[in-house]
Amino acid sequence: MSLTRAERTIIVSMWGKVSTQADIIGTEALERLFSSYPQTKTYFPHFDLHAGSAQLRAHGSKVVAAVGDAVKSIDNVAGALSKLSELHAYVLRVDPVNFKLLSHCLLVTVASHFPADFTADAHAAWDKFLSIVSRVLTEKYR
Amino acid sequence: MVHFTAEEKAAITGLWGKVNVEEAGGEALGRLLVVYPWTQRFFDNFGNLSSPSAIMGNPKVKAHGKKVLTSFGDAVKNMDNLKGTFAKLSELHCDKLHVDPENFRLLGNVMVIILASHFGREFTPELQAAWQKLVAGVATALAHKYH
Repeated sequence: MSLTRAERTIIVSMWGKVSTQADIIGTEALERLFSSYPQTKTYFPHFDLHAGSAQLRAHGSKVVAAVGDAVKSIDNVAGALSKLSELHAYVLRVDPVNFKLLSHCLLVTVASHFPADFTADAHAAWDKFLSIVSRVLTEKYR
Repeated sequence: MVHFTAEEKAAITGLWGKVNVEEAGGEALGRLLVVYPWTQRFFDNFGNLSSPSAIMGNPKVKAHGKKVLTSFGDAVKNMDNLKGTFAKLSELHCDKLHVDPENFRLLGNVMVIILASHFGREFTPELQAAWQKLVAGVATALAHKYH
């Protein structure tokens, strides 16, 4: 599964808008993840996960920055996220099922902030892109 | 069994009251077919599904989407008995339609995304969480009679 040229164009151009609110988007996606899927909080026992917490904001920024790195190297996501892939495989070891959950919450967040841009085409491109990112991040698990 | 608090029920019902079921239904089914093209396997007789715009504009998709979402309204009215409410539909989806229950989860998530895009800031994380519970409950109820 790889992105068509049209899909890459959609993602890169939408990212221009999304990245202007990167921190808000990242933090909100995590808030949605922890509200809808409380089991995901088990990976953050060391965090204050209340809405507005500094740790949540910092981590949300980190997550969106990584997505941004993937967008900037959209022709080579595996290369761009290689270190992160190793981190998830050897250190974090987040169960693969959770990448779908976070991807969904990212889509919900983007849809709620940018409804006019989040057309059916854009939705399809983003869903595909995030599943590629997820696949790269779990590639080295075993 | 899924249990909804009074707050969750009120939040879900409140939002549902503002949903244009006909429009949202068509959009939900359309996006399912666009984002997950393999789901088109159930709709060979729907005519032109050759592009996202063809799918989103297809009158059969809109009509069927409306049917599906209207049925979803029964879930909102019967949150305490989803399995009972969808027992017959569950048998239908297994015995006659042969639909993999994974598709109910996919559609449920597409619905949540559409609610987010329609209601924007109003669709808070808490409201999303209540809706995720409902769509998961409906998916489970629809799969309950499978054998």
